[in-house]
Amino acid sequence: MLLSVKNLSTEFPVKKGIVKAVEDVSFDVDAGEILAIVGESGSGKSVTSLSVMGLLAEPGHVAGGSMEFEGKDLVHLSEREYRELRGNDMAMIFQEPMTSLNPVYRVGKQIVEAIRTHENVSKKEARERAIDMLRKVGIPSPEKRIDDYPHQMSGGMRQRVMIAMALSCNPKLLIADEPTTALDVTIQAQILDLLRRLRDDTGMAVLLITHDLGVVSETADRVVVMYCGQVVEEAEVRTLFDHPMHPYTLGLLKSIPRLEDDDSKRLYMIKGMVPNPLEMPPGCHFSDRCDSCMDICREKIPDLVDLNGHKVRCFLYENAEGEAKSVSAIAEAEAEAIADAEAARDVEASEALLAAEELREAEIEDIEEASR
Amino acid sequence: MLKYILKRILMVIPVLLGVTIIIFLITRVLAPDPAPVVLGEHATPEAMATWRADNGLDSPIWMQYINFIVGAVQGDLGMSYYTHQPVTAEIAARFPATAELAICAIIVASLLGVTLGVLAAVKKNKLADNVSMLIALVGVSMPIFWSGILLILLFAGILHVLPSSGRVTPLLQPTGGTGFFILDTIMRADWTALGDVLIHLILPTLALSLYSMAIITRMTRSSMLETLNADYIRTARAKGLKKGTVNIKHALRNAMLPVSTVIGLQFGSLLGGALLTETVFAWPGIGKFAVDCVLKSDFPVVQGIVLLVAVIFVIMNLVVDIVYAYLDPRIKYGAKEEG
Amino acid sequence: MSKDKKLATEPAAGAALAAQPVKEKRESIWKDVFAGIVSNKASLISGIFILLLVIIALVTKFVPGVLPYDPYAQNLSESLMGPSAAHWFGTDIQGRDIFSRVLVGTQITLTVGLAAVAISLTIGVLLGSIAGYRGGKTDTVIMRVMDMMLAIPSILLAIAIMAALGPGIEKAVVAIGLVSIPEYARIVRSEILAIKENDYVAAARVVGDSNAAIIFRHVLPNVLPSIIVRATLGISTAILDAAALGFLGLGVQPPAAEWGDMLGRGRNELFRAPWLMIFPGMAITLTVLAFNLLGDGIRDGLDPKARKR
Repeated sequence: MLLSVKNLSTEFPVKKGIVKAVEDVSFDVDAGEILAIVGESGSGKSVTSLSVMGLLAEPGHVAGGSMEFEGKDLVHLSEREYRELRGNDMAMIFQEPMTSLNPVYRVGKQIVEAIRTHENVSKKEARERAIDMLRKVGIPSPEKRIDDYPHQMSGGMRQRVMIAMALSCNPKLLIADEPTTALDVTIQAQILDLLRRLRDDTGMAVLLITHDLGVVSETADRVVVMYCGQVVEEAEVRTLFDHPMHPYTLGLLKSIPRLEDDDSKRLYMIKGMVPNPLEMPPGCHFSDRCDSCMDICREKIPDLVDLNGHKVRCFLYENAEGEAKSVSAIAEAEAEAIADAEAARDVEASEALLAAEELREAEIEDIEEASR
Repeated sequence: MLKYILKRILMVIPVLLGVTIIIFLITRVLAPDPAPVVLGEHATPEAMATWRADNGLDSPIWMQYINFIVGAVQGDLGMSYYTHQPVTAEIAARFPATAELAICAIIVASLLGVTLGVLAAVKKNKLADNVSMLIALVGVSMPIFWSGILLILLFAGILHVLPSSGRVTPLLQPTGGTGFFILDTIMRADWTALGDVLIHLILPTLALSLYSMAIITRMTRSSMLETLNADYIRTARAKGLKKGTVNIKHALRNAMLPVSTVIGLQFGSLLGGALLTETVFAWPGIGKFAVDCVLKSDFPVVQGIVLLVAVIFVIMNLVVDIVYAYLDPRIKYGAKEEG
Repeated sequence: MSKDKKLATEPAAGAALAAQPVKEKRESIWKDVFAGIVSNKASLISGIFILLLVIIALVTKFVPGVLPYDPYAQNLSESLMGPSAAHWFGTDIQGRDIFSRVLVGTQITLTVGLAAVAISLTIGVLLGSIAGYRGGKTDTVIMRVMDMMLAIPSILLAIAIMAALGPGIEKAVVAIGLVSIPEYARIVRSEILAIKENDYVAAARVVGDSNAAIIFRHVLPNVLPSIIVRATLGISTAILDAAALGFLGLGVQPPAAEWGDMLGRGRNELFRAPWLMIFPGMAITLTVLAFNLLGDGIRDGLDPKARKR
């Protein structure tokens, strides 16, 4: 076990109360494994990764639980010891390659800085290694591009530089926080390809944070689904895509348009909005939006139960005491969840139109934002 | 880059012409006839007429302006009404005093301002932040002449540790050199005089730098807070860099971009402040001289000083732009960027 | 993979944000100003302090009897007395009560501050609007003139104008008002350039509003927040400039009481009678401080983003 997170809670005290960004989250990352944490914005997936890196912004802090990296307790690590881990055994790349590199330094200098922070090598050696790294991540004529400033590179190139920088000290774990979100579709595929290839070459583990199920299906070995700070489902990637159990996961998968979809049917949308973190519904966080919501869901938070390696947090599959139901009951519940989702799809036409209109406006907004 | 600088210098010319027009309008159209002021109320009309003719004030105003410009291009800014010395000589004799004071003040203001600003940003909402912001607030709110007076009262009047006026003890005054006393005394290895010069500089420098320091502190703080939230700061921390390295090498280096502009612009406002500081500390520079000359209608000198200050101001703007381009690799004047 | 595989719920939030109406902002602007002042302890105290100054100025103007002494009456037998129970702030060289003179001084200080800002505001906004809205040559000419004015330190320019106009408080107002025109013109112009291309301005043009109507009805209200903040801070600059002119002997005519003038006249007795310098200077500093804090508070109210800084 390379990284083991158990019952992690991370809190952000704000004026109006305490935002529990991460609540009782547990997962493990094995050496050489690509684990994806998937969830929408506000699900706590990024905060989880920042908690692991010890890079939480003030006033956020780990409020409970444990994190162990190669058996080392991360929660009580001194800042100095953490610094020695960061960028060395544990590296991270971020969502925004355009702004994640310091604009006033040449990219080579930034990679050399990372190397020389952790290893006692000469500037020349570090530079050689930086060029090697740039070559490894697929930057053409790296001995020239190493002296580029970030603004002279495209977004995809910059993300490659970020990856080269992160890998320059041969980390055992790479945390990639939405590494492809800001990139064009073709570049996205290249970067994911690169991550997989580098994992195969070096045997490092990758913790991939994303909201994009397409990225997950193509890249990850195992998936953790988060909703409102909690893990709601965890499974091998194939299992999750073939047999999603939690109504939220089901909704996510249903909302992906497919070629074989019946044109007459509307695209599925999860109803409602992510609740305000300070006004969580009592009981299951997803209850207000769930198509299969039962009475108990509004009273009690379900536990994460392990069904032969497929973990899920939902009362469809467990009783009020948090014990898994029988195999037959589970199969029944699965069918029920799918039927509920299908039924929800046939909402009134007016509502559908409205939603479509909203989507369109949001898209126009996005385009305007991008063109600004 | 060179082409850009040349272009900018060419653009400076109309601004300077405009400045001369403004000051010409004020001193020769708006202002009352200087003859009775210079010659005294009881001078005969004939004497006044002769004086006006001698100083070229009897020709039409546009003619006077052309004469002034033609002279200015040749480095002739006219004669003082009182001393009958060339204005250029009068200014040259006093300019080093002002320049020395202003340079010391901008250095002190920048060093203190950036330090306080960084401290405030890094320790946001903590004691250091509140103290820095209080200093900055008081700095922009205190009249520059009043802070000067308080300094004199405290250090010269009560503690008796620093001189209250002048540039140097008369006996130690270096003569004939550049007029920059720090340079002059160092070149002569006259350490006693250097110490004396520095001691005389302390209070005026403090008084003059206070306002600029406050502005620079505020600017540095807000600029630092912005860069501290930047994604590349998170990247730097993720690399395992020390907090100090992150703050200085990554955050401050970027935060200095807008701050450098402010520092450059503050140099211009320092020259305005020098007017008051020099009056308070009896500092023999062009600021005090300008006030004196305005008060006794010695307009050729006023024109000369305003022109000089305007030239310095536009040069500072140019320097700021060049420094900015040097600090920020994203800016390349004139050159086309590759995609 | 493609972008539409994103979580289905994400775009909905964007739509809600997009619907924010522009008009609402305009109606609540004074409410925001008030909220900004009240929300922050420092700006609230400053606001109360300024209110107090206004009351002092009005009362001493219309009911001079409330003052402990006649601020203008000389009494040479009481020349240069230190602060005491009888004369809280001491007396000046002519034996006048400094406390009374400081109180009366609020009249001139506030008048100069407000009037000078009114001048630079009116002319600056007008020039800035024209430059920003018309663009082209008009813009170039106006802004070049502004550049020229900015190339001369404002206090030097004000002194030169004062020397030309002669001493007097009205003239000081004009001089100070004139020299800060460029600042307002620049702010208004850049804001207008940004707003001009917005859809609602284009829409107004399409329905045939005249240029002036567009500026006054659609553009200026949106520039208002920055102007209010700048004007509040501008009052403090104007007060400082007025004090500087007074200090140099270019402000009021004797025996009028003006804080800067009091400082200038007390300078020769600095070591003998420091109270001549301390109290008027403190009055200036506190007043300027109050307007600065008030301006900061108003900015917080109008631009919540700035509060975090």
